[in-house]
Amino acid sequence: MAAVQDTVEQVRSIDVDQYKYGFETLIESEKAPKGLSEEVIRYISAKKEEPEWMLQWRLDAYARWLTMQEPEWARVDYPTIDYQDLYYYSQPKQFKAPKSLDEVDPEILKTYAKLGIPLREQEILAGVEIPEGERPRIAVDAVFDSVSVATTFKEELKAAGVIFMPISEALREHPDLVKQYLGSVVPPTDNYFATLNQAVFSDGSFVYIPPGVRCPMELSTYFRINEKNTGQFERTLIIADKGSYVSYLEGCTAPMRDENQLHAAVVELVVLDDAEIKYSTVQNWYPGDAEGKGGIYNFVTKRGDCRGKNSKISWTQVETGSAITWKYPSCVLRGEGSSGEFYSIAISNGRQQVDSGTKMIHLGKNTTSRIISKGISAGRSNNTYRGLVSAHRKAAGARNFTNCDSLLIGDNCGAHTVPYIEAKNPTAQFEHEATTSKISEDMLFYCMQRGLTQEDAVALVVNGFVRDVLQQLPMEFAVEAQKLISISLEGSVG
Amino acid sequence: MAPLLEIKDLHAEISGGRKIIDGMNLTINPGEVHAIMGPNGAGKSTLSYVLSGKPGYEITGGEVIFRGVNLLELSPDERAAQGLFLCFQYPLEIPGVSNMAFLHTAVNSQRRKRGETELTSPELVRKVRELGQTLGINAEMLKRPVNVGFSGGEKKRNETLQMMLLEPYLCVLDEADSGLDIDALKVVSNGVNALRSPERSMLVITHYQRLLDYIVPDVVHVFAAGRIVHTGGKELALELEATGYAQYQNEAA
Repeated sequence: MAAVQDTVEQVRSIDVDQYKYGFETLIESEKAPKGLSEEVIRYISAKKEEPEWMLQWRLDAYARWLTMQEPEWARVDYPTIDYQDLYYYSQPKQFKAPKSLDEVDPEILKTYAKLGIPLREQEILAGVEIPEGERPRIAVDAVFDSVSVATTFKEELKAAGVIFMPISEALREHPDLVKQYLGSVVPPTDNYFATLNQAVFSDGSFVYIPPGVRCPMELSTYFRINEKNTGQFERTLIIADKGSYVSYLEGCTAPMRDENQLHAAVVELVVLDDAEIKYSTVQNWYPGDAEGKGGIYNFVTKRGDCRGKNSKISWTQVETGSAITWKYPSCVLRGEGSSGEFYSIAISNGRQQVDSGTKMIHLGKNTTSRIISKGISAGRSNNTYRGLVSAHRKAAGARNFTNCDSLLIGDNCGAHTVPYIEAKNPTAQFEHEATTSKISEDMLFYCMQRGLTQEDAVALVVNGFVRDVLQQLPMEFAVEAQKLISISLEGSVG
Repeated sequence: MAPLLEIKDLHAEISGGRKIIDGMNLTINPGEVHAIMGPNGAGKSTLSYVLSGKPGYEITGGEVIFRGVNLLELSPDERAAQGLFLCFQYPLEIPGVSNMAFLHTAVNSQRRKRGETELTSPELVRKVRELGQTLGINAEMLKRPVNVGFSGGEKKRNETLQMMLLEPYLCVLDEADSGLDIDALKVVSNGVNALRSPERSMLVITHYQRLLDYIVPDVVHVFAAGRIVHTGGKELALELEATGYAQYQNEAA
């Protein structure tokens, strides 16, 4: 009997139908008319009671979007998206901004309970008292479909001067801040999906950390996509003013769907002098069934601007879900001495397609960046690392270190590494390391001889492979991520 | 007393390849130490792989009964939980997984399968440290990734540590002395000897007689052309050292 052969077989027949978070919450919802048009955009803007400039900003983006082409350079393959066949806005009906958690629809709270993942968040959402000092407190801005349902710890954050609220609310309460920074990192001209987002974005989080403030807690948000056939278009904007620090966690799960769901989010980070943003993501959206049917299309634009001197942005991502991932969290290293980091674990299984990586754009002097990417491909999936490291001609002393490792499980998956490196300044120093390996049958046998099941052996080896990146995640998040890695490989082995 | 291990007329080959084990018989009783000696390429290592269930080999005949169960029907991890331990000639490296975490996972995987309570971290750490001391394995070596960057001697000491911790019924030692200097050999042999008990048996596979000075066998078998061709006491090892295997290879042919 050939145990490893079995592993391969099982990976081939991965039963992603067992997707653990596939369920649907029955809540009446209010939708915009199907399709995309100026009317729909006006509808969204009106629903949000937005100021005129915001509506205009959306309409400008829409006009531009109509002239743009969907990008085709990524190593992903999917049927043409009919943008007129989607709903661009949906919100739970009878929605009034809840004053407290008691006012949150119990169905929604049940959804969080079923999710199982946001354990601590769910406790917070459910209003469970957590004894002081027992666990790090995390403020949650939960996004349920398109509307922020509950925001916790608002008062304490307010005392620290931190603004953390749905972006729609920020538009009303802090219009100047929003106006100053929104679209300043990802401009309307940026790319097809970002421009679409600008036209139709429904909600998202807004964070502002005032000068010199270290955010007293980690900020966290959970996105879910619930309404059938709804594209979800979040817009997140985080500003770390001079000398401030914030750690932001983003976690995502979505219920199972037959139709592919389009998700085109935009995240903008702005970091001023001596400030730092640490942005961590765990993404676990429905990857589609064994034949690749269903699943989320995840076309995300995430970019941070290290605008100030000695500013820092650190992206950490654990990507296990989505049918298609198109995502390149990037850093524009503008300020002198600024630094960017990108730590990534991307796992693809079944028929998932991942094209992900980062861009480190060195504009300022003595800027540094570091990229550690771990790709794991199983089943019939394709996993591509695509990255750009560039040094502008004024970026004297720019430094980059890149390490891209790929691990293959089975014979039918693919791992690809596409690094672009451009140095226009002779003093720039870029290092690139890359490895591709197949999960060693001997290694699995060694583990099994010591008593581990095949599944545990794979999880152990994979967790070892991604350790460098896991270590970058905030402690509690790392534990979740580790579980998620095992879960996503659970489907693949045994 | 029921034998611990019974190999009856075993035939095995590399999947889609040549025959390696060709009608082998062997019975090991509890508490006995058996040595299997033979020339290179006789199939000694294959025997250890077939017993432990390594993929890539096909059993074409015969049976193996271990502690009353048909060993060949079990997966490698089930065989391990049943009490079969293979001390690898070339232990594998597992990057990014700390030695201690690996030991913890291994011990509790086996205990879970046997329906025993799992060891807590403090229990395990205490036990590992105690055993480690006897083998000259320090805390630093327990933190390092499994076998990564270990010297030959460190790897073998690490194998011995795993064996002592897992407390198997049958230890299969595949060329346990390869890559060892005399000092390391002594440490490893002391570890193995400390495990000798009336319930536990050893199957020592070796090319050289040297190891058997330290791990003294009750029975010595000569393995050639896929089966045992001669059996004797511990003095047989010394004889072989003097005469070589040539006569037995002819006998097998």
